[in-house]
Amino acid sequence: MFEAQKTGILLVILALAALFLYWIRKARTQEIHLRRIPGLEALDDAVGRAAEMGRPVLFATGILGLNNIAVLAAMGILRRVAQKAAEYQVGFLMPNADPIVMTTAQEIVKEAYQSAGRPDLISEASVFYLTSDQFGYAAGVDGVMLREKPGAVFLQGYFYAESLILAETAQSVGAIQIAGTTATTQLPFFVVACDYVLIGEEMLAASAVLSREPNLLGSIKAEDWAKAGIALFLLVAVVLKIFGIDLAPLLNTR
Amino acid sequence: MATVIGIWIAAFLTLAIFSFLYGDNPVYKAVEHLYIGVSAAFWFLYLWSFTVYPNLVVGIRQHGWLGKDLLLIPTVLGLLMLFRLVPRYGWWSRYPMAFAIGLGAGLAITGVLQGLLFPQLQATILNPLTSVNNFLLVLGVLTSLLYFYFSREHTGVMGWIARIGIYFIMVAFGATFGYTVMARVSLLIGRVGFLLSDWLHLM
Repeated sequence: MFEAQKTGILLVILALAALFLYWIRKARTQEIHLRRIPGLEALDDAVGRAAEMGRPVLFATGILGLNNIAVLAAMGILRRVAQKAAEYQVGFLMPNADPIVMTTAQEIVKEAYQSAGRPDLISEASVFYLTSDQFGYAAGVDGVMLREKPGAVFLQGYFYAESLILAETAQSVGAIQIAGTTATTQLPFFVVACDYVLIGEEMLAASAVLSREPNLLGSIKAEDWAKAGIALFLLVAVVLKIFGIDLAPLLNTR
Repeated sequence: MATVIGIWIAAFLTLAIFSFLYGDNPVYKAVEHLYIGVSAAFWFLYLWSFTVYPNLVVGIRQHGWLGKDLLLIPTVLGLLMLFRLVPRYGWWSRYPMAFAIGLGAGLAITGVLQGLLFPQLQATILNPLTSVNNFLLVLGVLTSLLYFYFSREHTGVMGWIARIGIYFIMVAFGATFGYTVMARVSLLIGRVGFLLSDWLHLM
């Protein structure tokens, strides 16, 4: 049955879909400019530093699966990090808590090494499964860090209480750390413990900037328009509220 | 007797994990591997007992392969994942992966709109002239939102808006940090409490 009170959601989804299709199409023929993201520029330097130190790089996405947007975005960053690791000929390690993330990551890493012309440098064993248990995963990643002593650690994805455990251990082995997550409760820990942090949506934009993929660039541009629209709506709603007109009930979905 | 042995084992494992604070050592390494092995086995059994067995095995018995939940489709998709183990046909596993990713992204959209975007917008439609709190909330939401605008460099007016936005974000991070540290300390107190009361009976 059609739920009339959710018509607003349907209209917003249709409007967003149209916006995204428009900008994705436009991105295929037109150059899309996105602003500088500091943490992103440090990605290549971090892998380079690991190469200079003769240590591997370690990439972790946390315990969630690919239905999480941050983990999906991390896959785009993973491709770039793996590509650079292949170019600089440094070891690559990726412990996983989710089997589907692991198989996807194995594909991405393999393709990245192939595109860098060094498929001989990587094996599927570099991207391995630990456990789906949160603290079992944290203990396992910590153990890998202590024994392999990575020169650069990338904590990109969605994290819970394991975030600070991982970041502190990486710091203790002298690794440069670039973190990125949309988990607002864990971002503060990354901000204090890591060298660079991609905050929330910066992660999604990072994936687009790195790949220069028109679909992703167009999506970020469309998101910007959506955000501008939301900000404008909010501004108008707040001004109307001052004059006693309340637009909040328009957003009721239940 | 079994309870006492269990408490001693738990106390030893707790101290072994805490020994990580000193540095990597054989005891930590052994317990780490034990923990990972036990938890991996636990999740295997959990997924078998609560997902595969009740949904697939019982479902097939009761409704057949083409029963009400079309069990054939998830079974085939699940089996395709196992083709990762056969290098020649490993690419078959991309189909269930594509399905899982597409489904996850699609489901997330309505959830985010209904559960996050709309309620947050509603909560922000306030009269900023009635209290300082309202003013700060509206200003914080608008400037933080525009900090994540990527199509323009953070220079000029946009730079100022983004700077105010990042200040709000950092204040929020500071509050979250303090709150979470308190929660972690309570976890530590719980573990130390176990050692002092259940194990050593000092409390």
